[in-house]
Amino acid sequence: MAEASGTGGVVAILDNGDVMKSSYAVKVGQAQMLRGGVIMDVTDVEQARIAEQAGAVAVMAFDRLAADIRAEDGGGVARMCDPGLIKEIKKAVSIPVIARARIGHFVEAQILEAIGVTYVDESEVLTPADDENHINKHNFRVPFICGCRNLGEALRRIAEGAAMIRTKGEAGSGNVVEAVRHARSVLGEMRRLRLLDEDELFTFAKQISAPYELVKLVKQLGRLPVLNFGAGGISTPADAALMMQLGCDGVFVGSGIFKSANPAKRARAIVQAVTHYNDSQLLANISSDLGEGMGGVNLADDDVERFADRSD
Amino acid sequence: MAVGVLALQGSFREHIACLRKLGVEAMEVRKPEQLEGLAGLIIPGGESTTMAKLAEHYHLFPALREFGTSGKPIWGTCAGLIFLADKAVGQKAGGQDLLGGLDCTVHRNFFGCQLNSFETQLPVPALVSEEGGPSSFRAVFIRAPAITEAGPSVEVLAEYTVPSNFQASSLDQVEGQEELQKVIVAVRQKNLMATAFHPELTSDMRWHRYFLKMVNGDKNLECRKESSMMGLPQVKDLPIFREADHLSFDNDCDQG
Repeated sequence: MAEASGTGGVVAILDNGDVMKSSYAVKVGQAQMLRGGVIMDVTDVEQARIAEQAGAVAVMAFDRLAADIRAEDGGGVARMCDPGLIKEIKKAVSIPVIARARIGHFVEAQILEAIGVTYVDESEVLTPADDENHINKHNFRVPFICGCRNLGEALRRIAEGAAMIRTKGEAGSGNVVEAVRHARSVLGEMRRLRLLDEDELFTFAKQISAPYELVKLVKQLGRLPVLNFGAGGISTPADAALMMQLGCDGVFVGSGIFKSANPAKRARAIVQAVTHYNDSQLLANISSDLGEGMGGVNLADDDVERFADRSD
Repeated sequence: MAVGVLALQGSFREHIACLRKLGVEAMEVRKPEQLEGLAGLIIPGGESTTMAKLAEHYHLFPALREFGTSGKPIWGTCAGLIFLADKAVGQKAGGQDLLGGLDCTVHRNFFGCQLNSFETQLPVPALVSEEGGPSSFRAVFIRAPAITEAGPSVEVLAEYTVPSNFQASSLDQVEGQEELQKVIVAVRQKNLMATAFHPELTSDMRWHRYFLKMVNGDKNLECRKESSMMGLPQVKDLPIFREADHLSFDNDCDQG
């Protein structure tokens, strides 16, 4: 099958800072290089180096861990962190650096793109800046990562231009139950979709509030057209391997590492768990003598805020 | 006989998909003993630091070096190129172990975070003389390295002409150069091949065919039925994307 001719040639940066749009293929390709890896949240240069040494495939730079954002009294407003911190972390490591922008805050995203982060995560961990619209990610050259709880949400984000998806889980809770729920939801809905009759796709698309063309695409591919990472509450090697065995392409680990008793050791163990996720003997070995994990949050408590429900 | 793909992290599934499309048995390699009996090895694109840490931890380096010195073909794409190079520049403090063997100097992340990742129609005369086809190849560069120096016994397979308004991230290499600069992006040295771009992300199979010829002359390798991991969901492959502003890809991938 012949390839469509696109805009052709190289994306060039002109001296006055104008940026041409990047092809979607390149954005997704950039994300594809993270496959099978662990992305770790870091809040300073030292943590970034520990993450790199442990084999993290990228770091998520922010000024607080999600568990601390969650713990703040009254919540407050969580915004993009100081770009200076991100620049510092970028200088310290050679692995990609990802940074968070508030949902719908396209100027925070522009700033992050301008300082050269490798990916922008449009994050429900921060306080949404637009409670109806997400960023139009097609307008950017930098690839975006977005969270989802179900297939409809994943496809809505992809329609907006997301180059990579992750589950939302419940960030900072140390409790993997929500990440598992969201992963099963996305992957389970795709399994059901594969069995549907073509005539039934129109109604299915309406039911999950997703574009019909993307629904048809997913049925054909048998998977999302972009990477899907597990995220939100992963704190042990077993959690990481669980997400991989459920069908995720990689994982994010946030507070789970630097809130634990031995971050460097745990970080290394989780990286190995994601590579050898179906080798139970190896998983047993690396899970031993890891030191204490992070404390957690009982999500059955109604008073606990659900970051995942902040956006749809 | 099968061809292995180092499966520690990165685009290994994409390479395996390409090999299988060409009717070759492809094996994922995560431990040294899995290299035994393989006719060739591909080191995929991904994060070279991560792959190096994992390789070191599982004592893969000695086995990989022996694989190479025994004359078996190894092909490194992007991160794989960094692994194979004898010398790397552009590292942060606390570099990484390299496999070595390719008499080249590779500059990690040569295109910096400006011209970071892109795709281009790369002229590939060496490939065309072996495999035929169009004179250019759709090369996808992702945070790519580039070869800044190649030794006398290294065959240059493709070069990329950097746009004139670009400044390399390594300032001691290029300082306000006005004229066009060429960097080497594909090389071969006996049984080692390396490309700075990602053929596994496109539907043009010529580089994979070229590598398979290195592995087994002109004979095709047997294809046996893939052994699925017992009881685990088969993770499906991502589609091959066409270069486009929106979601658009090639339909001929078999997702079975």
